[in-house]
Amino acid sequence: MLLALVVAHLALACALPAVAARSTRAAFGLAAVPPAVTLVWALAMAPQVLGGQGVTQSIAWAPALHLYFDVRLDALALVMIVLVSGLGAVILVYSAFYFGRRSADASRTSALLVFFAGAMLGLVVADDLLTLYVFWELTSIASFLLVGQSGLHRANRRAAVQALLVTVFGGLSMLLGFVLVGESAGTYRISEIVAAPPTGGAVTAGIVLVLLGALTKSAQAPFHPWLPAAMAAPTPVSGYLHAASMVKAGVFLVARLSPAFASSAEWWLPLVVLGLSTMLIGGWRALGATDLKRLLAFGTVSQLGFLMVLFAVGGRLAAVAGAALLLAHGLFKATLFLVVGTVDKVTGTREAGALSGLGRAMPGLAAAAMLAAASMAGIPPLLGFVAKEAAFEAFQLEDDPRGWIVLAGLVVGSILTVAYSARFLWGAFATKPGVDVVAPKKASPGLIAPLWITSLAGLVLGLIAPVVAPLIEAYGDSLPSRDAEEAGYHLALWHGWNLALALSGVALLGGLLLHAARGRIEALTRALHHPVSAQRGYELVVSGIERVAVLVTGRLQAGSLPFYLAAVLLMVLALPGVGLVAGWAWPADAPVVHQWMQIPLGIVVVAAALALVRAHRRFTAVLLVGAVGYGIGGLFVVDGAPDLALAQFLVETLAVVAFVFVLRRLPAHFTERRRPRRGVQIRKGVLAAVAGTTVAAFGLVLSGARTAPTTASDEFVRLAPEAGATNVVSAILVDFRALDTVGEITVLLVAAAGTASLVLATRYDRRRKGRATRSSTDTPDHEKEVLG
Amino acid sequence: MTTISLAMAVVVAVLYSVGFYLLLQRSLMRVLLGVVVLGHGANLLLQLAGGPPARPPILDGTGDTAGLADPLPQALALTAVVITFAMTTYLLALGYRSWVLVGHDEVQDDLEDRRIARRRTVKASMGEEVEETGDEVGVDPGSAAASDDPVTSTADVR
Repeated sequence: MLLALVVAHLALACALPAVAARSTRAAFGLAAVPPAVTLVWALAMAPQVLGGQGVTQSIAWAPALHLYFDVRLDALALVMIVLVSGLGAVILVYSAFYFGRRSADASRTSALLVFFAGAMLGLVVADDLLTLYVFWELTSIASFLLVGQSGLHRANRRAAVQALLVTVFGGLSMLLGFVLVGESAGTYRISEIVAAPPTGGAVTAGIVLVLLGALTKSAQAPFHPWLPAAMAAPTPVSGYLHAASMVKAGVFLVARLSPAFASSAEWWLPLVVLGLSTMLIGGWRALGATDLKRLLAFGTVSQLGFLMVLFAVGGRLAAVAGAALLLAHGLFKATLFLVVGTVDKVTGTREAGALSGLGRAMPGLAAAAMLAAASMAGIPPLLGFVAKEAAFEAFQLEDDPRGWIVLAGLVVGSILTVAYSARFLWGAFATKPGVDVVAPKKASPGLIAPLWITSLAGLVLGLIAPVVAPLIEAYGDSLPSRDAEEAGYHLALWHGWNLALALSGVALLGGLLLHAARGRIEALTRALHHPVSAQRGYELVVSGIERVAVLVTGRLQAGSLPFYLAAVLLMVLALPGVGLVAGWAWPADAPVVHQWMQIPLGIVVVAAALALVRAHRRFTAVLLVGAVGYGIGGLFVVDGAPDLALAQFLVETLAVVAFVFVLRRLPAHFTERRRPRRGVQIRKGVLAAVAGTTVAAFGLVLSGARTAPTTASDEFVRLAPEAGATNVVSAILVDFRALDTVGEITVLLVAAAGTASLVLATRYDRRRKGRATRSSTDTPDHEKEVLG
Repeated sequence: MTTISLAMAVVVAVLYSVGFYLLLQRSLMRVLLGVVVLGHGANLLLQLAGGPPARPPILDGTGDTAGLADPLPQALALTAVVITFAMTTYLLALGYRSWVLVGHDEVQDDLEDRRIARRRTVKASMGEEVEETGDEVGVDPGSAAASDDPVTSTADVR
């Protein structure tokens, strides 16, 4: 059933464009069905899941490679499904009214959103590291396409590319980490890894790599800038992907693996440090934002840091607080994004500085927003308050330096959270002096009702916290408790007068004070706007990589054939050449000469070859090559290879004839338009001489390493009479190795066909034009530019 | 058992050096001659590796096979000689065709590659201009207005 639900999402995504062509509203409505069904089914399964039996399913993908689609519905997956599918359904319904009926983006967005919902569902129920990875990257791709939209705007393209580069970079390193962890554990099943965590150096490296994936996906510092940039997407998309669900994937992964690795410092230390800094950086930046959507984006960054810390430490109560905050954050952040969408829709702006008096004009919208913002700020009786109380309590109970440091960080972060929550309400709804009161258009009920659902859910869940506690606490119960007090803590609105409540009070008071001083704070955020920001860092890395690529390409791909050949020769000298020198074994028995006739023939060949280098006339050069060839034929005779010599003489004669035919048409001298510089020629000569000598040295050394003559040849000699031949060489060619000869003839045939077609093409050109093809020696303009 | 004498090693070295040197030239005809000379050097090396000068591997019917040269390298070198010839003629035709079409038989540099080498700074990143060139016309892509119905002419309203 689980996999069928995932597949249903993906299948519907393929069919939706056809529906959207008729009606975009129907498309969004239809898209909301699979998430809604998933939510209902998952909640129906809840008693079974909370009873301890997960729902599992496994489909063989490539069993030979131990690849399976393993899925499992457990307590954590259940909480995530409430977010992914529940909020997905609500936001898809909202989108139906947000996008214009004839909007070109609507068709694509509806299909991509439901595709994303399916991929995300697959991600949260995956029980296999590789299955998880596949869905993980599918969500990255969906995010890329949804942020990129039509690609007509530069802001969209840049944000989409940045989101993709950052998350896929993390995803790839995560895959590497999965492989390290999976191979060490001997299994890729997450439930089995958690039950028996592997240890060792490879696992430590794997953990760090996996964390890189989680940190990038959940926009933790210093990778966070992609998330605010992704706000170039339509608001419902931002609300769904970049607040409620996709960015939670990194947090979810940490929560998934925390039971296995939370005891090791390389797991929790980076997460806690980066999570806390992210919480503070995000909260601070939110205080300087004037665009309400951007404010929420920084708020999301901040809250993701909070969640990261809660799941990283792997204690029961922290995890319970984390699960509660996961749910609370999804509900209030989705509400607030939808509020921004509606505000934008009815007033045409999202700028805090341009909105005034909207609270009076739309009190209903303001009330819904206020509920959500109160949950975000952690004010009773909302779910956000319940979660934050549990978080404070968790680190207070830890009662060690780590606990107190984290607690202090969380309180400061909460102060910032209260401040930007207040800032959001003020920015959207307050009546500001000196700003014209806006006159909003009438909002359709479809733009209001969905956000009331999520807003009220945050309130109701807070009020009935003890009732839903089993669902939220089930994940935490799988983790160890420090003492009985931690084990006995349950989510509720009231725990008596205690430190956590006092800290909540401090956060609220501090936040409101901070908001009261907003003028000074805004000025301070601008003054502190440092040139060394994470966004600059991202840009420098990308442009640096491109610069290196250009440099390397420019150096290696010079476009000059002599350069490439010289590079090949240098490599020959550098690798086998060095090997030759290193393993030098000079053959002691190398004679100066075997037969005296070799000397005059050798001199002829050498003299002709050297003269060839100096030849300036083509004809001379061809004759010299012919002389080399005949000389070598002579050497073959001396060596006792008459057949070879015969072939050599014939071929050489034919080659000279062919050359002469062509030379008739070419200029007498070698034409080089630019005389090669002397220094370059000398360098070429030295390189060629060294390379040639190396080849000869190879021949000497390797032949000196031989210990005995070949035995195969003796067999050929013995068997030649049976083939009816007295000439062993011809017996080999036409009998023993006849297939080689067939290959050789094929080469000849192909070369002949090629040569003929080239020559005939020239003749054909001429006949068609009725005159000799006039060759232009002018350099075209575009070549002049480079050749100078 | 060393099969290559020092004198022959010198011949091979000269042939390979000349061949490499000609290959590094820009005139297509010289490159072609370089290929031919390299081919000669390779064939000679192949044959020399087979063994020192000896009796031709031709049986005289007496059954005396002592002192026969190794026939296998000869057969291989023979194949190589013929294939070198095939390649030479093909290259020759190619060079000729090139001369007919462009008017010279020089190996040109790839201009596009040289342009890359000359590019000192990155002008574009990920297919986008690096410098912002003015504001883009149109609305903020993330706004509600961008997701609304496209603003069309009155003709669209029926």
